[in-house]
Amino acid sequence: MLIHMIKKPYLKYDVIDPACKPVIIPVPGKAVIFFNGISDGKKRLLFKAGDKVKTGQKISLFADSAEYAVATVSGTITDISPYVGNFGKTCTAISIDVSEDDFDDSFGKETAGQPLESVRNYLSCLPGNLPVNNLFDPEKKISTIIITGIDADLLVVTNQHIIKSKQGEIKRGIEILKSIPGINNIVIAVRREFVQGYGHIGAEIRNIDVRYPSAFPQLIIRDLLGKTIPAGKTPEDTGICMISAEAVASLGEAFLHNRIPTGKIITVIYKDEKKLVSARIGTPAGDVLKALNININNGDRLITGGPMTGSCIYSEDYPVLPSTDAIMIQDGNSIEPFSDYPCINCGECIRICPANVPVNMLVRYLETKRYQEAAEQYDLYSCIECGLCAYICVSRMPLLQYIKLAKHELAGIKLTEAANV
Amino acid sequence: MSDRKKLIVSHAPFLHCGSKISTRSYHIMIAALPAVLHGFYLYGIPAVGVVALSISSAIIWEYLINRLTGKPTTIGDGNAALIGMMLAMLFPATTPWWAVITGTFVAMVVGKHIYGGIGGNPFNPALIGIAILTLSWKNIFNIDYALLNYDFGFQAAYPLAALKHGGPAAVDSFNLFSLFIGQQTGSIGSAFGLALLFGGIYLIIMGFIRWEIPVSFLAGLLITSLLFHLSDSARFAGPVFHLLTGNTLLGAFFLATEDSSSPVNFVPMLIYGAGAGVMIILIRNIGGHVDGAVFAILLMNLANPLLDKIRPKALGKVGSHA
Repeated sequence: MLIHMIKKPYLKYDVIDPACKPVIIPVPGKAVIFFNGISDGKKRLLFKAGDKVKTGQKISLFADSAEYAVATVSGTITDISPYVGNFGKTCTAISIDVSEDDFDDSFGKETAGQPLESVRNYLSCLPGNLPVNNLFDPEKKISTIIITGIDADLLVVTNQHIIKSKQGEIKRGIEILKSIPGINNIVIAVRREFVQGYGHIGAEIRNIDVRYPSAFPQLIIRDLLGKTIPAGKTPEDTGICMISAEAVASLGEAFLHNRIPTGKIITVIYKDEKKLVSARIGTPAGDVLKALNININNGDRLITGGPMTGSCIYSEDYPVLPSTDAIMIQDGNSIEPFSDYPCINCGECIRICPANVPVNMLVRYLETKRYQEAAEQYDLYSCIECGLCAYICVSRMPLLQYIKLAKHELAGIKLTEAANV
Repeated sequence: MSDRKKLIVSHAPFLHCGSKISTRSYHIMIAALPAVLHGFYLYGIPAVGVVALSISSAIIWEYLINRLTGKPTTIGDGNAALIGMMLAMLFPATTPWWAVITGTFVAMVVGKHIYGGIGGNPFNPALIGIAILTLSWKNIFNIDYALLNYDFGFQAAYPLAALKHGGPAAVDSFNLFSLFIGQQTGSIGSAFGLALLFGGIYLIIMGFIRWEIPVSFLAGLLITSLLFHLSDSARFAGPVFHLLTGNTLLGAFFLATEDSSSPVNFVPMLIYGAGAGVMIILIRNIGGHVDGAVFAILLMNLANPLLDKIRPKALGKVGSHA
């Protein structure tokens, strides 16, 4: 994958195999739904263990919160408990004993009368993770939508599959997005191979370069719109909303069938193979692997997301989430550990960094926890977190981890400062 | 849940290109090997002794420092061996054993480990070693004097010394092609220009050194020496003579490109390389030393941190200060 040239080495995105069809994973016996938010002990819970839920039912866990999750299976709640993820991110895990599907129709009833209200009220947990909060946030003033028909990470082909196979759904989804007040520009970013057939989709079609990480939001916006997202800001801050092709297709599907879609397309990457699967959101990762006859052993690595930006999970019970585009399994024998060697200043990271971050200098500050200087003088916030520096590092330093930790620590400091004012 | 599998968790990315510090060190040593073998051929067993002692003592110094500081043993990364080899290439074949060991001590301890070890050294450690020895025991590095007892079968005067003392007229008799294929005296690893050139090109293609540095180094050297030559050809030798003699090619490909002490951004690399090339000619033509390569590169090492502040604007940076 690494093409070495005197000037710059680069990695290429994979193209999906046209014959690739998703394997349908059976509905699991137990499912886990993640709810964004955690009980502080004071909030009154609206659901408890023993309650029955229907497929497509909205679960508002706390009495005075707008947050909700959507049950993607029918069955009985067995447990509601907090879950702590990477960098201390917390949410609430709702475990469900699954029974025969029984569909909740409250979304279907609302679609005809107030389509946009129904999107807001029911579709924030669509497969592909439609960013409903951003779309309808009056403060963000979203005017441009970029639909990404290519996955940001390497090896992952989930959204390429959607672009290839769900044109009708995407077309319907775009119609709905267009009806949101304030949206005046919709662009689809796809690989050159898939431009065909998208002539009358109702959005502008643009090509994406095959070199990783050109499908990262900041780079798509720079290359396609000629705009720069200021360091440390999100696309939404500048009125641009990034939506995955899968989310748009799910949106279209929801309105075509008057039912909330629950199946998530996932690229499963195992050794040199990759397979597409379609699994219910909430299916434990272990069930997906079992259905594909993939054994996982002590000392292996289980990753949600792709090889460059994904995150490790420590349990096979971790469920498929609306944002899970890939599950990757790495054999314990093939795992190359990071080292504690210092930077030797070879300059490879400088050559490969798509954001011109002076990684060699930055890391010297991050290693000594001088985060403030790192941000002010060495462009910490320009980093788009593509992981190429750590991929290429001769000293095998965990560079991306250093960078993410620094951002996390600085965010924590800012929160504390704000609280003390 | 005792039957739960124990999975490894770590941070992204989960792929690595496979490069290693040891690969890098050994490739640079392999690239330098033909020039060293030529040194063995020219100077025989004494050269073998100097190279072997230099590499082994550098490794031992590194090991002792590892033990002394209670750090993991790092001799496996090949960096100590590489520094020992580079230092050996700069020694004349007749260098006494105590000077070799002192040289590697200065290079490894004063040049590298005092600054925190690999990646922390502001100067090329081998050059620090050679510079301090040159200043302390001048006669060891007087090539003509050191190699007095050899009979080479070609013009045995050290070309740069001949130039310094006799001017261009004294070096007219040197055949440039003979110089290029190693028929000249000098330090162990510097004579065989052809091998150094091929070694350097190999390292550039493999990506172990940054091409900008040797290219601008040689360009700076050639242009400056050409200007001198054009202004007064009776006093200053031509550019090709300077290219093929002394430590020019060794410096361009193997010494100036040392990772820690050289810049990594594009424009700074060009300034750094060209600066070293210009300095060599200034020292050779109007300075006091016979060969300026060692001090020219050390001077540019000194400028490296400042130079490397010139860098492209990072993504998303708005405003004038980068």
